[in-house]
Amino acid sequence: MEIPKSFLGYKRENGRAGTRNHVIILPVDDISNACAEAVANNIKGTIALPHSYGRLQFGADLELHFRTMIGTGCNPNVAAVIVIGIEPKWTKRIVDGIAKTGKPVEGFHIERTGDIGTTMKASKKAQEFVMWASEKQREECPMSDLWISVKCGESDTTSGLASNPTVGNLMDKLEPMGVHLCFGETSELTGAEKVCASRGATKEASEKFMKTWNDYNNFILKEATDDLSESQPTAGNIAGGLTTIEEKAFGNFQKIGNCKFIDVLEPAEEPKKGKGLYFMDTSSAAAECVTLQAAAGFNIHLFPTGQGNIVGNPIEPVIKLTANPLTVKSMGEHIDCDVSKILSREMNLSEAGDELIKTTLRVANGRLTCAEALGHKEFVMTKLYRSA
Amino acid sequence: MATDIIIHDKKDNVGVVVIEKITPKQDCACWIMEDDSSTNIQSMDEIPLGHKIAMIDLKEGDTILKYGHDIGKVVKSIKKGEHVHVHNVKTKKW
Repeated sequence: MEIPKSFLGYKRENGRAGTRNHVIILPVDDISNACAEAVANNIKGTIALPHSYGRLQFGADLELHFRTMIGTGCNPNVAAVIVIGIEPKWTKRIVDGIAKTGKPVEGFHIERTGDIGTTMKASKKAQEFVMWASEKQREECPMSDLWISVKCGESDTTSGLASNPTVGNLMDKLEPMGVHLCFGETSELTGAEKVCASRGATKEASEKFMKTWNDYNNFILKEATDDLSESQPTAGNIAGGLTTIEEKAFGNFQKIGNCKFIDVLEPAEEPKKGKGLYFMDTSSAAAECVTLQAAAGFNIHLFPTGQGNIVGNPIEPVIKLTANPLTVKSMGEHIDCDVSKILSREMNLSEAGDELIKTTLRVANGRLTCAEALGHKEFVMTKLYRSA
Repeated sequence: MATDIIIHDKKDNVGVVVIEKITPKQDCACWIMEDDSSTNIQSMDEIPLGHKIAMIDLKEGDTILKYGHDIGKVVKSIKKGEHVHVHNVKTKKW
């Protein structure tokens, strides 16, 4: 298949391009969720991103909170942002971070005004933003404007056999076109960590990966009350035939095809080394991982599943693919790309990769994903440790 | 080209069932993805889609190979054609 050279995206002030044109209402902290949701309810076409944290965090955990908030606002799938927090200082820090992209952003704090007054002021600004954004048109953008993140979930043996290698095939075909790519899931590479480390493009990248994995493994050994056998593999994984974390890891690892990763990113860290594949240190919990990848600037997500994970994200469209024919039959409303014919040898990996590229481009051009149509907007902050 | 079982790598000692299920004494067609070759095996157990079958006899302490890599150890001996899963294989990690 001849791969198209472009897609239709929204060009942003900072040179990036979005596959979506959201106006988001971003609460700085848990107690500002109600106000953010009231604004989104008032002003049609906006979405609130409620979450559970943002108070009394400190150190690296607080830095990650800010990085995730600012990164979410900066994502090119977002046209404009209303930030609402309880206090002015942290609200301003997030507004200033997002403003560097050049996109419209305005912050409101609730103290000394209350929810009702803040909702009124923020709603007026949100209306202005959403009407402005509604006039934006999709324009032709080079494929290199796609930043594709990947993460698998509810994996079974069909993931490792077919749907993950399909993603790997797409990576092998799109990497030479200059796209940014990102995989994560530090915990689920356990058992394949040495093989994964050997896929660093440089010695530095390989060493950075091993350090990240070792730090994670030490944390598990310190905190685990059991041997993780109840969590890894999950009950869903086991039902699907996966027996050990090693088996899951080698299946997971098929997602990167033959690509080599050029750098290792902190959670929610924006890639700075140009086009190519990046590894990000993330949890393997679906919503946490996709939220971090979206905050790093990735604008379209590929999610291979076996038994049928249903996750979505409010700003980054999540494309589901599966090779499990039972999943296609029983929960087809969640599946954007069916590659189950690989298992019956009616389709080879390259054909499946082409199908996935076509689906990815349709979604990049504006077709809703199943998760979007079904209203999946999981926005889950990663918390490194308890608050003060 | 119908196949009942897929094997990733020639070195693997397990295959994965890719039809809804296989039944005891079923003669199964196997496809080895690595070199696109074929082989056969007779199953001993009922094994559902996605679950593994032993391609050779395995004894306690043996290593299970899939994707050509070590994915765990045998904790209860397994006969060729039997179901391979959490009841007879464990991780080496924890």
